[in-house]
Parts: sequence; C-alpha cells; structure tokens
Amino acid sequence: MADEHNMRRVTAIRNGTVIDHIPSGQSLKVLELLNIARDTSVPVSLVMNVPSKKMGSKDIVKVEDRELTQTELDRLALVAPDSSIAIIRAYTVAEKLTVNLGEEVRNVVQCTFSNCITQNLREPLPHRLRVTSTDPLTLRCHYCQRPQDLDELIHNLL
Amino acid sequence: MKGLITMDDLTNEDILSILEDAARLLPVARGETFLPLLQGKILGNLFFEPSTRTRMSFETAMKRLGGDVVNLGDVKTSSVVKGETLFDTIQMVDGYTDIIAMRHPRQGAARYAQDAARVPILNGGDGAGHHPTQTMLDLFTILQSHGTLEGLSVVLAGDLRYGRTVHSLSHALVRFGCKLILASPELLRMPTEIIEDLREHGADVTETEDLLGNINEADVVYMTRIQKERFADEDEYTKVAGAYKLHARDVANVKAEMIIMHPLPRVDEIHPSVDSTRHARYFEQAFNGVVARMALLCRLLNIEVPADIQGGEA
Repeated sequence: MADEHNMRRVTAIRNGTVIDHIPSGQSLKVLELLNIARDTSVPVSLVMNVPSKKMGSKDIVKVEDRELTQTELDRLALVAPDSSIAIIRAYTVAEKLTVNLGEEVRNVVQCTFSNCITQNLREPLPHRLRVTSTDPLTLRCHYCQRPQDLDELIHNLL
Repeated sequence: MKGLITMDDLTNEDILSILEDAARLLPVARGETFLPLLQGKILGNLFFEPSTRTRMSFETAMKRLGGDVVNLGDVKTSSVVKGETLFDTIQMVDGYTDIIAMRHPRQGAARYAQDAARVPILNGGDGAGHHPTQTMLDLFTILQSHGTLEGLSVVLAGDLRYGRTVHSLSHALVRFGCKLILASPELLRMPTEIIEDLREHGADVTETEDLLGNINEADVVYMTRIQKERFADEDEYTKVAGAYKLHARDVANVKAEMIIMHPLPRVDEIHPSVDSTRHARYFEQAFNGVVARMALLCRLLNIEVPADIQGGEA
C-alpha cells in the first residue's frame, strides 16, 4: 500500500522508465549518472525521502518517453545498486530490469587518481574499475590500483 | 604468468624458484662464464623516466645471457614528445622485441602496457606505484644474507610515501610472514591504502617516527632517500631528514647478522662510515640487480636455467 501511495505522489506515466528503490537522497546523482539532468527534452519526476518497507526511506525517479538501456542502467550500480527498474508502455509494466554491478565497471567513469595512466584521454584502452567489495561499495582502478573516492567518481563520468 | 607488473603476479613458490635460478646464474652475472641462454632474443628498454641502475642492469643481464637490447633512447627526441600514446608506442616496440622492460611516470602504465602488448612487460617502476624487479633483487639480497625470507624483522625507513621500492617490498615481505617497522616522518608515511592491504593480509606492522630506537632488534634495515623537494622549506627538510640517517656509531648494538640495504642513489642518509661495517649490503644489492633480472628474463621468456652452471654457488 505504502509503495502504491508513493508511486502516485506524481502522475503515473504513460511510456518511459521508473527507477524505484534508490537510496534516500541519491536521486539527483542518478539523474547525473544517466545524463538526464542535462537532457531537457523529456519530462522527469522526482520523489525524494518517501517511506519504504524495504529501505526505511527511498527516492523514485520517473522518466517519460524514454526507455533506458541495460548499459545505461548498469551505471546506477555506482549510487543505487539495489534499485529496481520498470519499463512502462501504455501505463503498464512491460519489462522489469535489475542493475548489474558485475566484477568490473567498464568505460563508465574515469579513475579519480590524478597521476593514473588513464588520465590521458587519448589512450584507447577501456577505463576499468574493479569492484573489490559490494557492501560497502569499493572500487579500484584496474591499472593504477588506487581505491576510488565514490563522491569524486561521480564527477568523472565518461 | 605473462609479465611482471606487481608482486601479485608471482606466488611465493615462483619467487623462491626464481631466486634459486638467480643464485645459479651468479657466475654468469660476474662474467666468469658465458651462457648464451637468451641468444636471438631482444629486450626493448622503454624508460620514459631517467634510470641508471634499473636500465643498465637490465641491459647487462640481457647481454650476459647472449641476448640483445634496443633502447627507446631519450624521450625528448622520440615519438613520445610528438604526442604518441603509450598504446601506440607499445604496439611498435611489441613488434620489434621479445620482451619489454619499462619505466613510466604515470601510475598504472605498466598494467596498461601489458594489456596492450603481446610480449611480456617487466615493470621497472610506474609513478609511485610498483617496482617488482627491484623487490626481487631486494629479496635475493635478504635471502643471501639470512638464508630465509620467513619471519624476519624488517625496518623500512625514510620516504615511505613516494618510494615505490618500499611499496612493492612491503607486500612481498608480509607474504613471507615478516614483521614490518615503518619508520618515517609524518609527512612521508606509507599510504593508508597500502597499510590497510598489509593488515588485511594479517601483517604485523608498526608505524613510528623513531628509526634509531628500532634498529637493535631488526634483521634488516632498509633505508630510502628523503628528497628535499617533498618539503615546504629547507629548514623543515634539514630538521626532519636528520632523524633518518645512519652512522657507523649507530649500529654498535645491533644484531651481528643485521643487514643495511638501500636502493641507491644515496645522498647522506647512510654515512660512508657504515660502508666498512659488516652490515652494509647496498653495493651487493645493486650488483644483485643483474642476477635477479637475468633470472626474471629467463622465466618470462620460458627459458629454463640449467641446474649445473659451472662455478655456480647458492
């Protein structure tokens, strides 16, 4: 019931993507990660700090008229690894997707260490961050092996 | 095993077996016998940063074993200055050579090069990252003196923050159950992530600013150079660096078999009076760079080192 009520805080969308179970306060980072903040052509609804049985409180993002791809959604692993995603078509859930963190985050963000070889953006090999722990999330650069500062990392999106 | 980028590329068994090969190759390294195990092989020396000992000892190691060496030459006159990526440089050298030794100012460059290359890469130092071939010669020197790598008490002193030799060495020593005493000024402490890694491996690690109070119980004292440019002003440098110097009189009460090591070049952190004590090992250590790198070149090129090299000693 609580979840249904939360969903209706903003209008149900006809077509698009709903990202639910985002940790409270992280939805703005989700928008940044998905490059939605800079895309002004689609309506976006944001619900923050609503009660959640599973999480205590959570954020929800609804993006209209845009179906996010699995590759785009895998970026969410950096700030909302347990989020659940629904692709909506004609007001009904057409597909449910989950975020896959995997063992490595490839070509999503650039290493935060200023003297890493990958700082030269002309170098063609992929940017690779190894997931060394999921709870709490810790990442290390495959090349320089430096642990990554997650707050800083969000500004290094490729 | 493809290349040697960090000490994690070697198991403890690999390390001991390569060091056994190194011991057998000593007469070849000294030039007492010629053993052309690497005849027909070419080493590419890619030093994007200045290097004396590492570059020269790789070259000597290759030539003592009958192999050949091509050099990148001065970075200022090579294609690197024209903006060539490391990826492209590696593609080229990969085609010319059978194995590459590399030093680069950027951390992670050696791993990057290995991902780009077909031939094995030997990491000769990447930024403040790793320097595993130095670690192999350091371990060889310790093994020569103590007969074991297990359970020794080792003081690492000086610049532990920027000194890549101590980063690689500390990882390796901990894997052999050595106790580490890290003696450095506050400003130049071992990076937190490395200490965390060492402790995760169950290491007994103590951090201190007191070098001289900790050397009497040590089996190995490993000194490093503190560079002036790390400090805001010269007074601060003089005040701090003074506490990380060894004089012959400081080693009067140490264990008889304690050894003093240094990756060189030294400036004044080890007084020349120490050179004639029974503890000094830094010049042997520098020579061991040749023999350790000979053993590594053979291992990475899959060339077996014969068991019976004339004049060999363990």
